[in-house]
Amino acid sequence: MSVPEEIRADSYVGFDSITQQIEHKLLKRGFQFNVIVVGQTGLGKSTLINTIFASHLIDSKGRFSADEPVRQTTEIQAVSHVIVENGVKLRLNIVDTPGYGDQVNNENCWDPIIKYIKDQHSAYLRKELTAMRDRYIQDTRIHCCLYFINPTGHSLRPIDVIVMKKLSEVVNVVPVIAKSDSLTMEERERFKAKIREELVYNSIRLYPFDTDEDEEEEVQLNEQIRTIVPFAIVGSENNVIIDGRSVRGRKNRWGVVNVEDETHCEFMHLRNFLTRTHLQDLIETTAQIHYEAFRSKQLLALKEGVNQRPQQQ
Amino acid sequence: MPITPRRRNKVKGVQFTIMVVGASGTGRTTFVNTLCESDVLSHKVCDSPETAHVEEGIKIKPANVELEEDGLRIALTIVDTPGFGENIDNEHAFQEIMSYLERQYDDILAEQSRIKRNPRFRDNRVHALLYFITPTGHALREIDIELMRRLAPRVNVIPVIGKADSLTPRELKAFKKRVMEDIDHYDIPIYNFPYDVEEDDEESIQDNMELRAMLPFAIVGSEEEIEIDGQLVRARIYPWGVVEVDNPDHSDFVRLRAAILGSHLGDLKSLTEDVLYETYRTEKLSRSVHSDIRDSQILPEEMATQSVRIKEEQLRREEEKLREVELRMQREINEKKQELMAKEMTLRNLESRLASQNQNSPY
Repeated sequence: MSVPEEIRADSYVGFDSITQQIEHKLLKRGFQFNVIVVGQTGLGKSTLINTIFASHLIDSKGRFSADEPVRQTTEIQAVSHVIVENGVKLRLNIVDTPGYGDQVNNENCWDPIIKYIKDQHSAYLRKELTAMRDRYIQDTRIHCCLYFINPTGHSLRPIDVIVMKKLSEVVNVVPVIAKSDSLTMEERERFKAKIREELVYNSIRLYPFDTDEDEEEEVQLNEQIRTIVPFAIVGSENNVIIDGRSVRGRKNRWGVVNVEDETHCEFMHLRNFLTRTHLQDLIETTAQIHYEAFRSKQLLALKEGVNQRPQQQ
Repeated sequence: MPITPRRRNKVKGVQFTIMVVGASGTGRTTFVNTLCESDVLSHKVCDSPETAHVEEGIKIKPANVELEEDGLRIALTIVDTPGFGENIDNEHAFQEIMSYLERQYDDILAEQSRIKRNPRFRDNRVHALLYFITPTGHALREIDIELMRRLAPRVNVIPVIGKADSLTPRELKAFKKRVMEDIDHYDIPIYNFPYDVEEDDEESIQDNMELRAMLPFAIVGSEEEIEIDGQLVRARIYPWGVVEVDNPDHSDFVRLRAAILGSHLGDLKSLTEDVLYETYRTEKLSRSVHSDIRDSQILPEEMATQSVRIKEEQLRREEEKLREVELRMQREINEKKQELMAKEMTLRNLESRLASQNQNSPY
């Protein structure tokens, strides 16, 4: 079938207001964004989330007293919040993974995480396939995984390679270099180059992906993002005064790290990337790529199961 | 560098061995090179991406360097442990470090028991072990607790915080406090600059109390020098400021160096030789005499048996799973055998029918 020719009406009809009609509906409904943070204890995961959304959303799951026992496995803890900005309601689900990579033996510490992500796809699929399904299915599928890399300055660790590969197969992975204020600019660039090399070598597919639908400027933006990834970030919930302004930062005996200064760290880039440019895309690609892949595999497996049953009888 | 007044060590040309243990990226190598003011150790080389995910074992390698500290010549041996804590399962690395320490004790025990002793025998016992803690800002990790606990009975363990410039002064203070609380809570017998209120003089009591209060030492190392106020200073340059390695406000490096290579060198040596070695010697000899009696359980062995028990559990579970798979396989094989036999029967029937047909219609 050929694409119909575009015509212009003789006088103004007014259907272009559908964009406002949609916006109005969507604003009422609000948006859902689910993010999971993966990384060893003490890398500043909770602090970063709180810094990105400029609110105290999650508490650090670190061990702060000698009486508390040491965690023996990776736990999954989800916290929900609703943030409102200019009439736009954002429902946030933040999933933390305390205990990941902290043990002497970390074999399979990633299993609970992968399982959790797949379970959300599974729950959504089940709701979709129900005969009497809800009008709006509650979306708990993870839209973004922030993977925290230790700022060793050397390279990725074996566990990082394995887990990022597994994660990239089920969710959008955005790697960040945690606590990057312990690296000088030189060390940081060298570290990033090394990491990028290793990601390419291990064929780890990171977000953003380029699809055929993308326009020129979207492709360019994605290219730009790719030159920054992994984001070297510093987080802080505390404010410091710099040049009379109150900004989020960290004060040391030798200077003040300004989280919002692009010459100090790449926090602003990450924040804009996640919330101002790619928020919608993250949600969409989760549905269109990761969920679809999961869905087709499940439905094919179901069909196989149905086909086999009459034979066995 | 200004010389602080210290007790003089009468012996000249002292031999001293330090071992540095810590996960890759905690600043171990840089610290050693900063301590010796030269490139004693080479940094981790990670040229090819193929090796990034390869799990190498731990490689324990000693390096020798001559130092001069306050007029005293020190023949320093640094034992580095690259590869520790990098693997997914680090149990093996633990054993390696422990074995290394005990091997040095075994060597000297064997040497001492010889009839004709070698006058040029090298004493490789480790006098101090610097354990590098990652500056998480929380408390000790399981791996830190486990390792320090197992090693402390065999060597003087001094905990240090690597890359301490990633913590603000307030975070550092709180972190140090929590680490010491953990060390106390888990009964880890680290070297804590012991002093005797009754026997020691006022100055050394003061000194030891100060050093004890600084534990764990917050270390910043650097192999680069920059010029500050006309002087060449070892420092790390950030866009927001400069961290000076030798500035006591910025790091505990100077104090630590002065202690382990100067004021407390003798103490660390004598503790190793007179207490730790003797304990090991007694345990080992009594073990060989009463080889069938397992008395006087050493702490590290208890820890080992616990993890062995956990491993056994895991093995048992895996064995069960394998057995189930086996049974399933057997069942399937049996089913297939039945099918095969049935098919053979039908085939034989067909053949006999054909044969009888042929007989009945002779040509």
